Amino acid sequence: MIKINDLNVYYGGIHAIKGISLEVPKGKIISLIGANGAGKSTTLRAIMTLERPKSGTIIYKDKDITFEKTQNLVKNGLVLVPEGRRVFTNLTVEENLILGSYARKYSEEVQKDMEWVYELFPRLLERKKQKAGTMSGGEQQMLAVGRALMSKPEVLLMDEPSLGLAPLIVKDIFEIIKKINKLGVTIMLIEQNAKVALEIADYGYVMEVGKIVLEGKGKELLENENVKKAYLGA
Amino acid sequence: MSLNTFMQHLSNGLALGSLYALIAIGYTMVYGILRLINFAHGDIFMISTYIIFYSVTLFLMPWWVAFVVAILLTGAFGILVERLAYRSLRNSPKISVMISAIGASYLIQNLAIVIFGGRPKAFPIPEFFNKVVYVNTISIPVANFFIPGITMAALVILLYIVNKTKTGMAMRAVSRDYEAARLMGINVDTIISITFFMGSILAALGGMMWGIKYPNLIPLMGLMPGLKAFIAAVIGGIGNIKGAVVGGFLLGMSEIMLIAFLPSMTGYRDAFAFVILIVILLIKPSGLLGENLAEKV
Repeated sequence: MIKINDLNVYYGGIHAIKGISLEVPKGKIISLIGANGAGKSTTLRAIMTLERPKSGTIIYKDKDITFEKTQNLVKNGLVLVPEGRRVFTNLTVEENLILGSYARKYSEEVQKDMEWVYELFPRLLERKKQKAGTMSGGEQQMLAVGRALMSKPEVLLMDEPSLGLAPLIVKDIFEIIKKINKLGVTIMLIEQNAKVALEIADYGYVMEVGKIVLEGKGKELLENENVKKAYLGA
Repeated sequence: MSLNTFMQHLSNGLALGSLYALIAIGYTMVYGILRLINFAHGDIFMISTYIIFYSVTLFLMPWWVAFVVAILLTGAFGILVERLAYRSLRNSPKISVMISAIGASYLIQNLAIVIFGGRPKAFPIPEFFNKVVYVNTISIPVANFFIPGITMAALVILLYIVNKTKTGMAMRAVSRDYEAARLMGINVDTIISITFFMGSILAALGGMMWGIKYPNLIPLMGLMPGLKAFIAAVIGGIGNIKGAVVGGFLLGMSEIMLIAFLPSMTGYRDAFAFVILIVILLIKPSGLLGENLAEKV
């Protein structure tokens, strides 16, 4: 689905991504792990063309999208749940979800998706008319995921979905991620919480200061001595 | 003061307040979405009156056609100002955009002096609005009924668009977070253009009614009403549409009442607007209906 080739991104004068290449195959869950500042978020932002790379290419569905407009990517099923949730705090829960479907024509299907999101996150249904800014962090994360699902993603990019959430809620969110993936949505996940991220991943990449230093199947990386030492605290 | 004269002043205050309100909405909408005071807004208002003037005198259009033409062209002019003066500065520091806004304002004023001439022109008031209604012994110009009515109608339509339509939702989303809005597939530039279009349309509505009430057109006529409307927007709580309307009415009404009750103070009417502004900001710094920005994270 996504193929990144020798990507270089500068972020305020810093060489944030130093020639990485990676691949996200259709229907899989791919995790990109690494410490704070390794360049994970920048990678996702570059895919969504929120950052302009200096060189390299990003291919999505066999098309070069390196300099495509963000809104066209969303229309084409490439959707990001941004870091820090970024829900529209001044809008109600329902309005946030409607905006998730902004790029789609209103149809029965959109209505069905909305019901489905409410089914996935019953909490959101309870708070439908409430301003998103008045909800807890976990609820806002659910809304951010629900809002992304309303865009009808083919590939869902997720930036630190576990950040700042209680362990129980993290578990819930990851259950939902698995569920979404089973429905055929390809997922690319970045996480500092390496353990949960690698447990559900088909394939994983480890990033360190702008470079991919290790890759392999999720289970293999979990067993890897270096990964254990650096990210799993074992 | 007799009740009759008071009623007369009241109707004048309502009319002036409506005009301030219409212009103030444009300031507040643009501020809400760009965090920018569009200093050229008063000049966009001025342009609309000249469009009507030339449509009627030069192109001999009937007044209602001229009004429609003015609304559309002024809206387009607003979009043009945004394109030329603000868009390329989207990622620049706020101060650069502000200076560009001031520059745009001066440019429009001076272009207007060159093109339209500095000598005052008489706004072609449609016969219909020139009538006066007599209630008992009070004489009220028809325009004084129409102006608040049209303002209220425009406000209802605007609030509907902002609160109930998908475009309105997108506008509110963009006002909170550009990038997150982009991630929803929203074309942020288009939404900003729509905002300028709507704000400028309201300025044109204000312009045509201003012309009916004060039919003396000069290229600098946008200056004072623009400034007053800006004050009205700040009094009401900038970024809040209802606040702009409340501020507009408050300002227009108190200005007229000052003249009514203290005729000797008439020369201070403009200064009075600033006094109100200062007093209200001292009591409530975010304006009367200003948003409480504290939010849970």
